[in-house]
Amino acid sequence: MAEITIDGIAKSFGATRALEQIDLTVADGEFVALLGPSGCGKTTLLRIIAGLESATSGRIVIGGRDLTEVPTRRRGLAMVFQNYAVFPHMNVYENVAFGLRMQGADEARIKARVGKATELLHITPYLDRYPAKLSGGQRQRVAVARALAVEPPVLLMDEPLSNLDALLRLEMRAELKAVLREARTTTIYVTHDQTEAMGLADRIAVMHGGRIEQIDRPTAVYERPATTFVGGFVGSPPMNFLPVTIANSRLELPGASLPAPQASGALLMGIRAEDLTPVADGEGLPFDIAVVEPLGAHDLVTGRSGQTLLRVAAPAGSGHKPGTRIGLKPDPKRLVWMDPASGRAIQAQ
Amino acid sequence: MSGLKRTVFWTGVAALCAWVLVPIWLIGLGAFGGRTGVFRWPKSLWPGDASLAALQTFLAVEGVWPAMVNSIIAALTCMALSIGLGAPAGYALARFSFRGQNTYRLLILLTRAFPLAILALPLTVAFIRIGLYDTAFGVGLVHTALALPFAALVSASLFQAIPRELEEAAWVFGCSRWQAFRKVVLPLALPGIAAAAIFAFVISWNEVFAASVLSVKNRTLTAYLLTVLAESPLHFRFAGGFLLILPSLAFIFAVRKYLFAMWGIANR
Ligand SMILES: Nc1ncnc2c1ncn2[C@@H]1O[C@H](COP(=O)(O)OP(=O)(O)OP(=O)(O)O)[C@@H](O)[C@H]1O
Ligand SMILES: [Mg+2]
Repeated sequence: MAEITIDGIAKSFGATRALEQIDLTVADGEFVALLGPSGCGKTTLLRIIAGLESATSGRIVIGGRDLTEVPTRRRGLAMVFQNYAVFPHMNVYENVAFGLRMQGADEARIKARVGKATELLHITPYLDRYPAKLSGGQRQRVAVARALAVEPPVLLMDEPLSNLDALLRLEMRAELKAVLREARTTTIYVTHDQTEAMGLADRIAVMHGGRIEQIDRPTAVYERPATTFVGGFVGSPPMNFLPVTIANSRLELPGASLPAPQASGALLMGIRAEDLTPVADGEGLPFDIAVVEPLGAHDLVTGRSGQTLLRVAAPAGSGHKPGTRIGLKPDPKRLVWMDPASGRAIQAQ
Repeated sequence: MSGLKRTVFWTGVAALCAWVLVPIWLIGLGAFGGRTGVFRWPKSLWPGDASLAALQTFLAVEGVWPAMVNSIIAALTCMALSIGLGAPAGYALARFSFRGQNTYRLLILLTRAFPLAILALPLTVAFIRIGLYDTAFGVGLVHTALALPFAALVSASLFQAIPRELEEAAWVFGCSRWQAFRKVVLPLALPGIAAAAIFAFVISWNEVFAASVLSVKNRTLTAYLLTVLAESPLHFRFAGGFLLILPSLAFIFAVRKYLFAMWGIANR
């Protein structure tokens, strides 16, 4: 049992507030991704969970045990550091074996576990090498293998795949997911790569400025962002936000009438690029095409509707031309409405 | 171009080697060349009539052996205490932030601001009272006072250069503070600590003033030679000088492995 409860954690470094007020519960065996831009406090939160940093207020509970007074080594967790922190005076084998040796495992078990972890991360050819003679990506994989080898109940990973090439990252991602699921490891995984977060996590916590903006399943975060920040940060291209004026609880467009969550006034209409369908000029939203980028799977069309920049995923080879005007029809089931002042989602009644 | 570079490189190497080796060679020549070798000109590369006579006579002089033992005791005391106290102090300076840290740094250096000559008399009195006067250990203590500030500051910068995350990683994987220090920090700091140790050893070995003032019968080699050699022929003095540099050389040779074990550059 290794459920993690983060209870009202706040952290200040002198005058700077790194974490405002973090509440988060990670179920036993769950995989939660912390997703957020640089400097939003992801590493700080992990370090507090690991006991490497003390929180200004709040507490961490793992498996029902309040860890406030528990030193790092007794917290029963492993961690992959953002800057790897592999031991320069030990070869790869000894690095990966380090945690097991500290647990007093016998040589046969160490050998088996190190073999398994290094194989998973494709670093078996380098077992005798010292870290100085490894590339950045290889060193990073040593750090991941070192954490996996101890098979901890709780695993904290700080951007563990950031330095790998795209192909290797994709492969590692899938293997990590399989291994951690099988071992039922409770995992907190920091990343600022949103596809990684979407692909790996049971739930994603989107952080911004020391707060958790939203925590939910990947599809829910993608489809129903709680704030304009989440909509803009998660997904590529970012969600479109179009300022509109509501009358009689409806948004009237040429050839379309959409129900709105409030009677009148200004709102932001949020919609994903793939939920806008290009139609003939004169229908739906007027849209002036500026750029067409053929991306293979679809064409990414960028342009303006009035003053607002919109991005549309049109079917590949649909032959849109820059400089022309077309109409866009939003999918009414996939709209989110945001309050323009607070940037928060308005729940439809 | 590359030829020019090579020439410059090897000239530099030759100059550096000469810087160290020529004085040693001259001293060696004087020590082994006998009475005539000292004054012969031009100098030969190898003392033609090499003999251990001067060295043997010198070693036979009464009091040289005990003086050497005293020197070694004092130098080892100085080295052990400087590193034993200086390294933890350096670690504290590097890893913990506490109030008055910078003042503390300054104070460490200020201990060197008092000339030994001023301290000598009160020290002598105090040493006589405690019973440390005229002992190699007492001399070693004073030498520790000279070497300790450097040991502390040098090891502080050593520990500072070792990323804190390495230590934290050790904690995460089950090490206590002390284990993390022993398994991760110490091996990485060892080359630097070895250098600081040599430095402390050599400071003590070469120090004359405190050693002369604080001892009468149990002199260290330097202090002893100072009194004896003033009345000796020149080649005896060279023999004494040679004996003085010998232990330092041997010691540096012994710890060279730690000096050059820069991880990743020259390991294995
Ligand atoms: N030791 C420290 N002293 C002062 N400020 C700090 C310290 N550590 C972090 N901060 C500040 O706290 C904030 C959060 O830092 P943190 O390292 O947690 O960001 P992050 O989300 O991990 O960013 P990145 O994605 O770039 O790694 C930053 O504004 C940073 O400047
Ligand atoms: Mg970080």
